[in-house]
Amino acid sequence: MASKSWLNFLTFLCGSAIGFFLCSQLFSILLGEQDDTQPNILHNDPHARHSDDIGQNHLEGQMNFNADSSQHKDENTDIAENLYQKVKILCWVMTGPQNLEKKAKHVKATWAQRCNKVLFMSSEENKDFPTVGLKTKEGRDQLYWKTIKAFQYVHDHYLEDADWFMKADDDTYVILDNLRWLLSKYDPERPIYFGRRFKPYVKQGYMSGGAGYVLSKEALRRFVDAFKTEKCTHSSSIEDLALGKCMEIINVEAGDSRDTTGKETFHPFVPEHHLIKGFLPRTFWYWNYNYYPAIEGPGCCSDLAISFHYVDSTTMYELEYLVYHLRPYGYLYRYQPALPENILKKISQLNKDEDPKVKLGNR
Amino acid sequence: MASPGASFIKGTLVGIVSWALLTTLSHIHIRHEGLLQNHRHRHLPPPGGKEFLNLLDATRSQLNRSIRVLCVILGEWEDQSDWAVLKKTWTKHCDGAELVRAKSDDRWIQMRDTYKYVFGKYGYNYSWYFVTLPTTFAVIENLKYFLLTRDAWQPFYLGHTALSGDLEYVTAEGGIVLSIESMKRFIQRLLNDQSCSDPNLIWNLAYDRQLALCLKNAGILAENAEDFEGKNVFNTKPIAYLIQEAMLGYPQQIVKGCCSDMAITFNGLTPEKMEVMMYGVYRLRAFGHHFNDSLVFLPPHGSKND
Repeated sequence: MASKSWLNFLTFLCGSAIGFFLCSQLFSILLGEQDDTQPNILHNDPHARHSDDIGQNHLEGQMNFNADSSQHKDENTDIAENLYQKVKILCWVMTGPQNLEKKAKHVKATWAQRCNKVLFMSSEENKDFPTVGLKTKEGRDQLYWKTIKAFQYVHDHYLEDADWFMKADDDTYVILDNLRWLLSKYDPERPIYFGRRFKPYVKQGYMSGGAGYVLSKEALRRFVDAFKTEKCTHSSSIEDLALGKCMEIINVEAGDSRDTTGKETFHPFVPEHHLIKGFLPRTFWYWNYNYYPAIEGPGCCSDLAISFHYVDSTTMYELEYLVYHLRPYGYLYRYQPALPENILKKISQLNKDEDPKVKLGNR
Repeated sequence: MASPGASFIKGTLVGIVSWALLTTLSHIHIRHEGLLQNHRHRHLPPPGGKEFLNLLDATRSQLNRSIRVLCVILGEWEDQSDWAVLKKTWTKHCDGAELVRAKSDDRWIQMRDTYKYVFGKYGYNYSWYFVTLPTTFAVIENLKYFLLTRDAWQPFYLGHTALSGDLEYVTAEGGIVLSIESMKRFIQRLLNDQSCSDPNLIWNLAYDRQLALCLKNAGILAENAEDFEGKNVFNTKPIAYLIQEAMLGYPQQIVKGCCSDMAITFNGLTPEKMEVMMYGVYRLRAFGHHFNDSLVFLPPHGSKND
């Protein structure tokens, strides 16, 4: 008796489930999908007018426009990627144990990823960050020791892994793509180094430490060799000046890093301090130090700037946002520099099928 | 005792009836919800790829020429020096620009008078009226890109919205965009002296809220402008502030979390920061990154900082 009513109950349930299911299927087949909830409904339909205006012809495949466009889906980075392969840069960042969380962390989160290889140099090794331990002490008077040992380390472990070797501080922001553009014109076997050139004390000038500087492979070989043969010694603790003096001794040329319009690319301060007239007082040391005539206002800085210094953590991300994210849609930049011939040829061979850029209208 | 067959048939009938009831009830509920959603917070996305693809070459070119933006800056009551830096920086990229000095310390009166004045002077010469505060920096190219497929003869009222009770309004700090149709209706209401101007009805309400109320009475609702990821493109704060918020809120994705790639405005900028933005937006960039944009905006004549 009990089992029979159980059976009846089960069949009842089956029946109701099947009835429910069949009806919903039937309904949706008959009426198609109806979506009543469209959270992005506009009360103004932008298509309302256009459908009246458009003729029968449609633009046939001339635009390279992705259906889900965002500011970066339209981005073509072929040239940047090509330069990444052609101009290999090893970056080493001068830091210390007390600055890993405060400063070096933000370098790591932003521009450091764009180096072909990046090393963080500290007095002590830190396996987690990671940092290389140079076995020095910390402090301003140790800067040249750290620099010598850092270049030594890079030379001993990574000489063949890069063409150029860049030193930066943990409060320097570097735009690697623009550095590659500068260096693509030069042979890494040439003894040369680049940075923000200062004129005092060294006849050919020397490069500001904070703005960062970059050595060619040959320059690195000669620098490391100079300490082995004692052509250069730890002559002072003023890192950039001492290094500049050594460079002169070993016949490494102090290069001109300015862009094709003569604007500086390596900057010892943040953009604001260079762009605002009168920000740096006329009595400030900077005006007497600059190798080339120093300019304030819009002429201070290249569109293709390579570095800024005294960059705090917030400004690191702000620069990252301004350089790699925010852009004015469709804007035709005034400064349109070209790539050197040899690189151009290689790229045009690779990109034979590039879509022509369609220009429409102007003001 | 019912047989299994009878049970089955009864079950099927109950299933059908309960389905019918459920569907009817849920339709009523969804319709109600949907309306509520639309009135709570209206989202406005950027132009999508499909819309672009459907535009004829010539039409797009016409559109580019027909999007004419008048930039109107609401001058401060105390400070008269704003105009110099604004004239030298981003307003050069507007089709037209006016700084309207405050003649009253009542912001709502100033706003109303400003709108009346500029509409009286320019009328239908511009398809979009864009009102900002003197501390706002705007990227007009991104504004035009955002407005590209929107018909200015529809009543648009957009920017960075906020809620005041039930009223959704566009904040003045983020910048207020009105289409020519919205301007027409708004000015008509002002001139006919309807509820827009009655001080008793909207006593002590902030001026951007009063604008929203007035427009609402003309059938125009505020919309929050967003990019494809739902990030605001009109910002009421400077970049540094938003970055600091992101450092606390999304420490793993600070730059992505902070701000949109197609941002239109930032507010709270000093004149020095305006110069830095000119460099940062219109000049500083990474070599080797090329964009296949479907429009070209030329730089303004005789200008050095962009």
